[in-house]
Amino acid sequence: MITLSHYLAVSAALFVLGILGIFLNRKNVIIILMAIELILLAVNINLVAFSAYLGQIHGQIFAMFVLTVAAGEAAIGLAILVIYVRNRGTVAVDDPGMMKG
Amino acid sequence: MTAAIAFYLFAGVLLTAAALVISTKNPVHAVLWLIVCFFNAAGLFILLGAEFLAMLLVIVYVGAVAVLFLFVVMMLDIDFAMLRQGFSKNLPLGLLVAAIILAEMLLALANWQPGTGVATAAAPGTAPPGMTNTQWIGSVLYTDYLYVFQASGLVLLVSMIGAIVLTHRKREGVRRQNITAQVAQTPANATSVAKPAIGGGVSLSKKP
Repeated sequence: MITLSHYLAVSAALFVLGILGIFLNRKNVIIILMAIELILLAVNINLVAFSAYLGQIHGQIFAMFVLTVAAGEAAIGLAILVIYVRNRGTVAVDDPGMMKG
Repeated sequence: MTAAIAFYLFAGVLLTAAALVISTKNPVHAVLWLIVCFFNAAGLFILLGAEFLAMLLVIVYVGAVAVLFLFVVMMLDIDFAMLRQGFSKNLPLGLLVAAIILAEMLLALANWQPGTGVATAAAPGTAPPGMTNTQWIGSVLYTDYLYVFQASGLVLLVSMIGAIVLTHRKREGVRRQNITAQVAQTPANATSVAKPAIGGGVSLSKKP
């Protein structure tokens, strides 16, 4: 029998994988953005699992809003990435000092 | 039983693909693994009875976000081998932090109890009788959450304008249509009357 805890465990593992991705690929901003998508996906699984097991729809509504913000965040993040690469020729973000003013 | 098999299949593939997203060498492969992740998360959503969100995940994430990632990764010609430096250097610290966070989360999960008066069902609930999941979402989203819904549309608009403003660049030497200048033209500043002498021509470059 699959219970709520099963889904929450999967969500926690996915969240931790996203955090690990940010740690491991500290230079590559593209992979960092993908890791953020993984984290938001974990949040969505959490919300939908609670929504289903509590018999309430509000969790799914909030998952939709998270989806909206994630789409906007990906668009803005990739736009910033494009101008960053246009100026520097690399996506390495270990020395983003030029970003200030 | 079938639901349990499906859950473990979807969850297993989801976590494996997520591990490959963050550890693969080629970012194009990472994006493709990310797409696998989204499909399996959509499968989990269907198991939970959230069909509308599952389809939304496939359409929005796989159809738009992942393709956007793919575009950017392929458009930017980057030396990815250089970016892998520090991967093994960061590995011990990253694994330590990840293990600590995972242990904390699982501890919290093991000791978690629903609040008083909150009942968690043994199986995922379905929509009220006579209603599909999509109708249920719509009946709440467009009434209780109307203003938040409008605000989320505004968020998308702002991010669209922001992305255009950030990536747009003015190139020199490109002739563009200037509608204001065209509309502001009058016969007085657009035409001139020349009175050439007989047998003499007019110089077109001469301004009146």
